[in-house]
Amino acid sequence: MLRFISRRLLVAIPTLFLVVTLAFFMMRAAPGSPFDSDRKLSPEIEKNIMAHYGMDRPLIEQYQTYVGNVLRGDFGPSLKYKDKTVLQILKENFPVSLRLGGSAILLAMAVGISLGVMAALRRNGLLDYGVMGVAIVGVCIPTFVTAPLLVLVFGSTLQWLPNGGWNGGALANMILPVTVLALPQVAIISRLTRAGMIEVLGSNYIRTARARGLPLHRILTGHALQAALMPLVSYLGPAAAGLLTGSLVVEKIFNLPGLGKFFVISALQRDYTVVMGMLIFYAGLVLALNLLGDILYALLDPRVRLS
Amino acid sequence: MTASPGRSLWDDARRRLMGNRAAVLGMILLGGLVLVSALGPALVPYAYDAVNKTDVWVPPLVHGHVLGTDALGRDLFVRLLMGLRVSLAIGLVATLVSLVIGVAWGATAGFLGGVVDEVMMRLVDVLYTLPFIFFVILLMVTFGSNILLIFVAIGAVEWLTMSRIVRGQTLSLKQKEFIEAARAAGLGPGAIVLGHIIPNLLGPVVVYVTLTIPAVILAESFLSFLGLGVQPPMASLGTLIASGAQDMEMAWWLLVFPSATMVLTLMCFNFIGDGLRDAIDPKDR
Repeated sequence: MLRFISRRLLVAIPTLFLVVTLAFFMMRAAPGSPFDSDRKLSPEIEKNIMAHYGMDRPLIEQYQTYVGNVLRGDFGPSLKYKDKTVLQILKENFPVSLRLGGSAILLAMAVGISLGVMAALRRNGLLDYGVMGVAIVGVCIPTFVTAPLLVLVFGSTLQWLPNGGWNGGALANMILPVTVLALPQVAIISRLTRAGMIEVLGSNYIRTARARGLPLHRILTGHALQAALMPLVSYLGPAAAGLLTGSLVVEKIFNLPGLGKFFVISALQRDYTVVMGMLIFYAGLVLALNLLGDILYALLDPRVRLS
Repeated sequence: MTASPGRSLWDDARRRLMGNRAAVLGMILLGGLVLVSALGPALVPYAYDAVNKTDVWVPPLVHGHVLGTDALGRDLFVRLLMGLRVSLAIGLVATLVSLVIGVAWGATAGFLGGVVDEVMMRLVDVLYTLPFIFFVILLMVTFGSNILLIFVAIGAVEWLTMSRIVRGQTLSLKQKEFIEAARAAGLGPGAIVLGHIIPNLLGPVVVYVTLTIPAVILAESFLSFLGLGVQPPMASLGTLIASGAQDMEMAWWLLVFPSATMVLTLMCFNFIGDGLRDAIDPKDR
C-alpha cells in the first residue's frame, strides 16, 4: 500500500511539473501583458514595472525562478490585484467553489444512489425505464443549458429563488447553482449504481442471504450496497474534474465569487501568476482526488492488488 | 446454384444496430439535422448575419420569422441552422484530428511494445490527469479564438482515450496468426500496422468516434459560452445559448430553441454511440 502511494506520488511530480511548464510558456507566448491598460504607460515606467517583477530577464531565467518559488510554496503576487498574493486569492475564493462542489456531490450521491438502487430493484419496470431515461437525457443536457433555463423558470418567472449572487452562501442562493452542478452527476451516479447493484444482486452471497430469509432492507444495507457502490469510489476523481469544469460556467452565470470565475478573467487579463497558481492548484486537486479514490478502492475491496 | 450468402461480423453488427430502436431514431433525427443545417440556410429568405433594426426581438411565428429574431433583428431560425452547421463541423473535424493522432499513437505504442510503449503510454497517463479544459481555455485566450485553433485544441485533448483503446486492441491483435503470416511474408512494421492492424481495430474505434463527436460539440459550446469559442457574427450552438441566456428575460425563444437543438443533437449521437457499442461489441451488453 505504502509503495503504491509513493509510486503514485512519484508520477504526480512530473505531471505537476508539466502543468507548471505548459502554463508558464503558454501564458508568456500570449500577446499583450498584464500591464496593458487604457492609459498607455510611458516606456520608462513600464520598464520599471517589468524590472520590479523580474520580467526584464531572459524567459528561461524567469522560469527557473518561478519553479524555485513554487517549490518553496510561493506563488507570487497577483499582477492585477495589487495588494493580493496568489495564495490569498486561492484562500479567499476556493471555499466558495468547495462549498458549491461539495454540496453538489453530496446531493448527487444521495439522489443518484437512491435512484440507482430503486431502478435496480425494479429492473425493467416502469421506474427503471424512467430513471434510466432521465439518466440518458441528463448527461446530454450541459450545465450551460440547465443553468439559464432554471434561472428563467425559478428566478425570473416564478421569482421563488434569487437569480444569482452569493449572499454569504445563503441556502436560497445555493439551491439553483448546486442543482445545476449536481444534475449531470446524478445521471452518471444513478447509472453506475444501477449497473453495480444489478451485478451484485445476481451474485451468490446475496442469493444465500435471501435464502436465509433476511429482509430486503437488511440485504441491501448489510450486504449489497457496499459492493454495488464500489464503482462510485473510482468515479471520485472524474467527478471532481467535472465539477471544476462545471463551476466555471455556474459561477459565471450565477455571479458567484468562486475560483472558476477568476480563472477566465485572469487569463484574459494576462494575470500570469494567478492563472499559473490556479492551474497548479486545480491539477493538484484532481491528482489528489484520483489518488484518494484509488486508495479508498483498495481499502474497501481487498481483492484489488495495487501494483 | 447459388451459395448461401455468408454473414460477416459487420453484417451481424448492422442487423443488431437496426434492431435498436433508440439508435435508429437517433440516426434518422441526426440525418434530418444534418440535412437542414446543410440546406436550410440557403432556403430561408434571411442571411444569418443580416441585421434588421425594425424587427428586433420578434417572437416566434411573427413577421415571417419562424423562431423569432434576436436583439439585432437577425432571424433566429437561420442562425440556429448555421450554428448547428458550425457545431457539427467542429465536432466532426476535431474528432478526425483526435482519431488520427490517437490511432497513430496507440497503434505505434501497442505494436512496437517494450520501452517505446512504456514511454508513450506513460505520457498519455500524465496528460490524462491534467485538467485539460483549463489548458484549452488558456490556449484560446493566448492565441485568440480562431476556428482552426478550436479544432486543434479540442482534437488534441480528445485523442488520449482513443490512443488507449487502440493500443489495447493492437496488443491483442499482434498476437494473432494473421499478423505472424504477414510478417513471415516479409511485410515491414509500417505496412503491417497500416494494412493489417488498423483495419481490424475499426470496431471499437467507430464506437468511440461516435461518442467523441458529442463530447467535442459540448466542449466547443462550453468554450463559446465562456466567450472563447466561435466569434460573432458567426454562430455555434454554444454562442447562441450564451447570448440567449443574456437576453432570456426579454426573449425566451433565444434561449429555448438553441438549447433544445443542442440537447437533441447530443442525444442523437449518444443513442447512436450506445447502439453501435451494443451492436459491435455484444459482450458488453
